[in-house]
Amino acid sequence: MAASAPTEHKPARRWHIVVFLAPAVLVYTAIMIIPLFSTLFQSLFNTVDGERAFVGLGNFITLFFDPRWAQSFWNALANNFWFFVIHMIVQNPIGVLLAAILSNPNLRLRGFYRTAIFIPTILSFVIVGFVWKLILSPLWGIAPNMLDAIGLRSLFSPWLGQEGAALTTLALVSVWQFVGIPMMLIYAALLSIPDEVIEAAEIDGVTGAKQFFKIQLPLILPTIGIISILTFVGNFNAFDLIYVSQGAQAGPNGSTDILGTLLYRTFFGFQLQQGDPNMGSAIATMMFLIILVGVSIYLFGIQTRLRRYQF
Amino acid sequence: MISKSRLLCTSAGLALALTATPLLAQDVTLTIESWRNDDLTIWQNTLIPAFEEANPGITLNFAPTAPTEYNAALNAKLDAGSAGDLITCRPFDASLALFEAGYLAPLDDLEGISNFSDVAKSAWNTDDGSTPFCVPMASVIHGFIYNADAFAELGLEEPTTEEEFFAVLDAIKEDGTYIPLAIGAVDQWESASMGYHNIGPAYWAGEEGRLALISGEAKFTDEEWTEPLRVLARWGEYAGDGYLAQTYPDSQNLFTLGRAAIFPAGSWEIALFEEQADFELGAFPPPVPAEGDTCYISDHNDIGIGMNAATEHPEEARAFLNWVASAEFASLYANALPGFFGLSSDPVTIENELANEFVSWRETCESTIRPTYAILSRGTPNLENDNWLHASNVLAGTETPEEAAAAIQSGLESWYTPGMFDE
Repeated sequence: MAASAPTEHKPARRWHIVVFLAPAVLVYTAIMIIPLFSTLFQSLFNTVDGERAFVGLGNFITLFFDPRWAQSFWNALANNFWFFVIHMIVQNPIGVLLAAILSNPNLRLRGFYRTAIFIPTILSFVIVGFVWKLILSPLWGIAPNMLDAIGLRSLFSPWLGQEGAALTTLALVSVWQFVGIPMMLIYAALLSIPDEVIEAAEIDGVTGAKQFFKIQLPLILPTIGIISILTFVGNFNAFDLIYVSQGAQAGPNGSTDILGTLLYRTFFGFQLQQGDPNMGSAIATMMFLIILVGVSIYLFGIQTRLRRYQF
Repeated sequence: MISKSRLLCTSAGLALALTATPLLAQDVTLTIESWRNDDLTIWQNTLIPAFEEANPGITLNFAPTAPTEYNAALNAKLDAGSAGDLITCRPFDASLALFEAGYLAPLDDLEGISNFSDVAKSAWNTDDGSTPFCVPMASVIHGFIYNADAFAELGLEEPTTEEEFFAVLDAIKEDGTYIPLAIGAVDQWESASMGYHNIGPAYWAGEEGRLALISGEAKFTDEEWTEPLRVLARWGEYAGDGYLAQTYPDSQNLFTLGRAAIFPAGSWEIALFEEQADFELGAFPPPVPAEGDTCYISDHNDIGIGMNAATEHPEEARAFLNWVASAEFASLYANALPGFFGLSSDPVTIENELANEFVSWRETCESTIRPTYAILSRGTPNLENDNWLHASNVLAGTETPEEAAAAIQSGLESWYTPGMFDE
């Protein structure tokens, strides 16, 4: 008993921190960090004459300077940017607009609209891809008939089969699916604006659209920033929707090929094409770097400049 | 307590069963990997019961994956060591790569393998022909299936030449009741397999052209390889509204619902079409370029089955493979799946009329296999996948046949030099 007395003066070891952190750290390390680093590591190897060999940046040199690989890679990257741009210029403004409408206290059936718009987000990509493929099918789809009913049948074309239209169509399908998320986040941000601020604005004669742009929008900018970065990460990791609706070849003629589908085809192979895990890892590494750079630009370049208003 | 001791007993029994299998002849379950998910019912109702009855103690579990995902899924499972005991083999290079990687067991000492001719074995053999690694199961034949009622109604006859073929299409188009040709450009394999590889052999003279391509004497840009692309490009105007976004199942439905008159087909369609179409079906072989030319058919070794080299039950797996090589299996399979023609040397009576029509072309036409499978499919970009892409571009009218031919050829040349795989 006497021996234990001096230890009481030492600061208590806070073992509980280790204990409570351990599961998350272990799981996260095992399923995220180790695979990430082994992917980065794997991209530095390749099979040379049947043997696994260290090739340094060889795979990246192939990816950027072999005309075929470079063509596929830049095509996928450009498509990925277009996919992201469509989300930014369509999904987020619509999300803001919907949130602004929903936050109007005079709106009836608010809960119903909110749920209806949010429901697609919980659907599986497989269902969304399949349903939209059916809707847009020139043979059985309802889109041609609906356009026909309002006399606009001539506007319809087999969008998913046209090089120029397929990617934009799929991006809009994805927007349709996910517009509920920015809507909900912005809605929550709008609700958190104190009534006093709005009242003060009204007393100053700032109302309607002016009120929205002058008062509410600056207050929800940090939320829009977060949404943009989530959209960016989501879009550059996208794969499912394209794979479900256009197949791993991302047709027509590679026009819907994004980094995710390119990675899948390269890593696992497709039909008679043998998979090449090393080149696949190189592409995965590029995806990781692009997302890392994008997120960093946002965090250090934009997020730090956004003023947060504390109420 | 009771449940716990029972659990102990079971696990002890299981451990015993695992270690003492050969001695006690305990029940063994063999899992079959396959891409033929369409065949699930046939395996479960016909093939598996027949085998299990003849081989007590072995149960089979047929576990198919979707066709386009099969290779990727299988490779991943083999790498991870979780693949089934029996592996359904794609023909030629894809399976050869698995064999060379040590995933498929050599079968040169399997008794049943002697039931097959060299041609039948060629799809699952090493380049020197010494070591087969899959038992050949079936080949498929390409041609055209048509709506015989529609032909009768419009007073049309089976075309034999390219000219007659387009005359028939024109007549159907003019009448307007039917879409002349059920083909879509969006599922790219359809354009290559049902289009280019279907009609092409008549232009590149089958095996002769295919081997010339491998030896480097012929190129895709040569006249005999470009001309079928030009013919394919003309198909677009007969394919009906929206064929750019028409998938392969769409094409099947268009045909079986009686909206399209001719379906560029593989014989694997027979079972499904006979089940779904409520009109009379007919079939004709790919038309020849000019009257009196030799006709060629794509009689493609399509499906084989091999043994996972890492299987825990090699004896049982070999027993199954021997059964697959038997006349009993050949007959069961050919009749359960009309349109998949057994490759065994034993003669098999096929009861299905349409299937017999297809197989009868073997007597009047020269057989060949798809040119993009053997030897030329080993590199990147993959020739078969490139062929899909450019054939569908041609069908969709977004690329000229000449551009497509040049693109396919330059893709091949970027990694292939004739003779590079010769010993």
